[in-house]
Amino acid sequence: MDGIALLTITVLAVFVGFEVVSKVSSTLHTPLMSGANAIHGIILVGAIIVAGQASDPWVLAVALLAVVLATANLVGGFVVTDRMLEMFRGRKREAPPGGKPEAVEAKTSESKEGTR
Amino acid sequence: MTLIDPVWTSLLYLAAAVCFILALKGLNSPRTARRGNLVGAFGAALAVATVFLSVKMDNVPLILGAMVVGSGVAAPVARQVKMTQMPQLVALFNGVGGGAAALVALLELSHTEDHWVRVAIVFTLLVGAVSFAGSAITFSKLQELMTTRPVVFPGLPTLMGAVLLAAVGAAVAVVFSGSLALALVLLVLGLAAGVLLVLPVGGADVPIVISLLNAFTGLAVAASGLVLGNVLLVVAGTLVGASGTILTRAMAAAMGRSVAGILFGAFKGGSTAGSTAVSDRPVRSSSPEDVAVLLGYAQRVIIVPGYGLAVAQGQHTAAELALALEARGIDVDFAIHPVAGRMPGHMNVLLAEANVPYESLKEMGEINSEFRTADVALVVGANDVVNPAAKTTPGSPIYGMPILEVADARQVVFLKRSMRPGFAGIENELMYEPQTTLLFGDAKESLAKVLSAVKAL
Repeated sequence: MDGIALLTITVLAVFVGFEVVSKVSSTLHTPLMSGANAIHGIILVGAIIVAGQASDPWVLAVALLAVVLATANLVGGFVVTDRMLEMFRGRKREAPPGGKPEAVEAKTSESKEGTR
Repeated sequence: MTLIDPVWTSLLYLAAAVCFILALKGLNSPRTARRGNLVGAFGAALAVATVFLSVKMDNVPLILGAMVVGSGVAAPVARQVKMTQMPQLVALFNGVGGGAAALVALLELSHTEDHWVRVAIVFTLLVGAVSFAGSAITFSKLQELMTTRPVVFPGLPTLMGAVLLAAVGAAVAVVFSGSLALALVLLVLGLAAGVLLVLPVGGADVPIVISLLNAFTGLAVAASGLVLGNVLLVVAGTLVGASGTILTRAMAAAMGRSVAGILFGAFKGGSTAGSTAVSDRPVRSSSPEDVAVLLGYAQRVIIVPGYGLAVAQGQHTAAELALALEARGIDVDFAIHPVAGRMPGHMNVLLAEANVPYESLKEMGEINSEFRTADVALVVGANDVVNPAAKTTPGSPIYGMPILEVADARQVVFLKRSMRPGFAGIENELMYEPQTTLLFGDAKESLAKVLSAVKAL
């Protein structure tokens, strides 16, 4: 992709980011921070690309370290955000069907399936 | 050989980017937030699947192994961490993300001759390293592995300046030479800059630094997307950079301070009379039973939780007290200052964990006009965020900071550890007003005593 196209996308993404986030209520600022934190774990994609092209053992070792770190960021970030948001319930307090442990299970297994 | 062609790859990355935008958009309301987060996780899984299908890959078993290790470490920690320790966990995850971005950039250096790509590489390296080291220090401060007080020593600004100057020099050299050795030097300088950036920041300001470093990592990831020519990384990183920037500014505004002022330690302007000294002016202190009577026979009570409640981990007791009062037909709300707790919105999470429905958690703008109708404002472990000096005393360090207008309530009850002033080190005139009652002690213990007294009414 050429530089101008990437620049265009970057600038538009800045505006989307500002627009979407400025509407978030301060009640949810901690989950917002943690959710945004999870999203930048997508650097995992970059780490996988680099590791997949590595032939030198040192390069591979560093790339795999990056994969470990990025996965920790991505998976940990989404799981912890989910745990937080699960607690924000309305005034009616029946337990939602399919309670909490299953929901977290489902999500982690989903992200693992994605790697196959 | 790859399984899917570049067009499909781009479309799948686009879908993942849309998922991330929807994840952030879901946070507009607590009702949609959780689903939004799951959509974001789905987008991430989609993107990871796409990269395996679209790029010619070696070392696949090793990569999958590394991913199992990463999630195997992170997921249990994320699932078990206490909500009060959330800020340091977010700092930790943020740091490893920044570190990963820096490593990716380092390894890409040998793959390019293009000077513009090298610019993006040195940016990612430097910012990623700052984020990694800064987050590590932030984590140690929040986890109390090191002092939470600002660490300053003579010559710190000079040292910081020298490190930054050297980093810029090394960055320029890397852009023109492509030297890996110089890139490593740059990495080390970035780590040093990250440490020096966070050391002088005091405990109460650390949350703002987490948000700032979060934005940094986002920018590093966006730049790494430019390096790899990967649109998804560009979009996701930019989204995070933008959101982190907004949050940082919002938080700093909520504390009535500038981001620069926080990073460089000192408060602007002098402290007012009293400073950190404990005043001996008379106050009306009271017993838990008296406070219980005040609360139990009110019609409307607004609870103002602060940092002290989070530190004492008294959120469950506060929630129980609210329930006990509601059982007596009293209207109870929680008034949340934007910077209450240890990170912005942290108090909401703590109270949500204690099963307080989110409709009872009122933001400052919404609740401020309602203090007038409240019989009792119960301030638990908060001080600066209710200090009228922010409105009345132009010389005060917190002048201009938006506050909760508890002075409008008919009665004000402070639960405090001692007469020591709050973080800003200034006296709160409200404590000497005739309508104010003080109950000294640990926030959680005081709440428990008041709770049992209310139940006994």
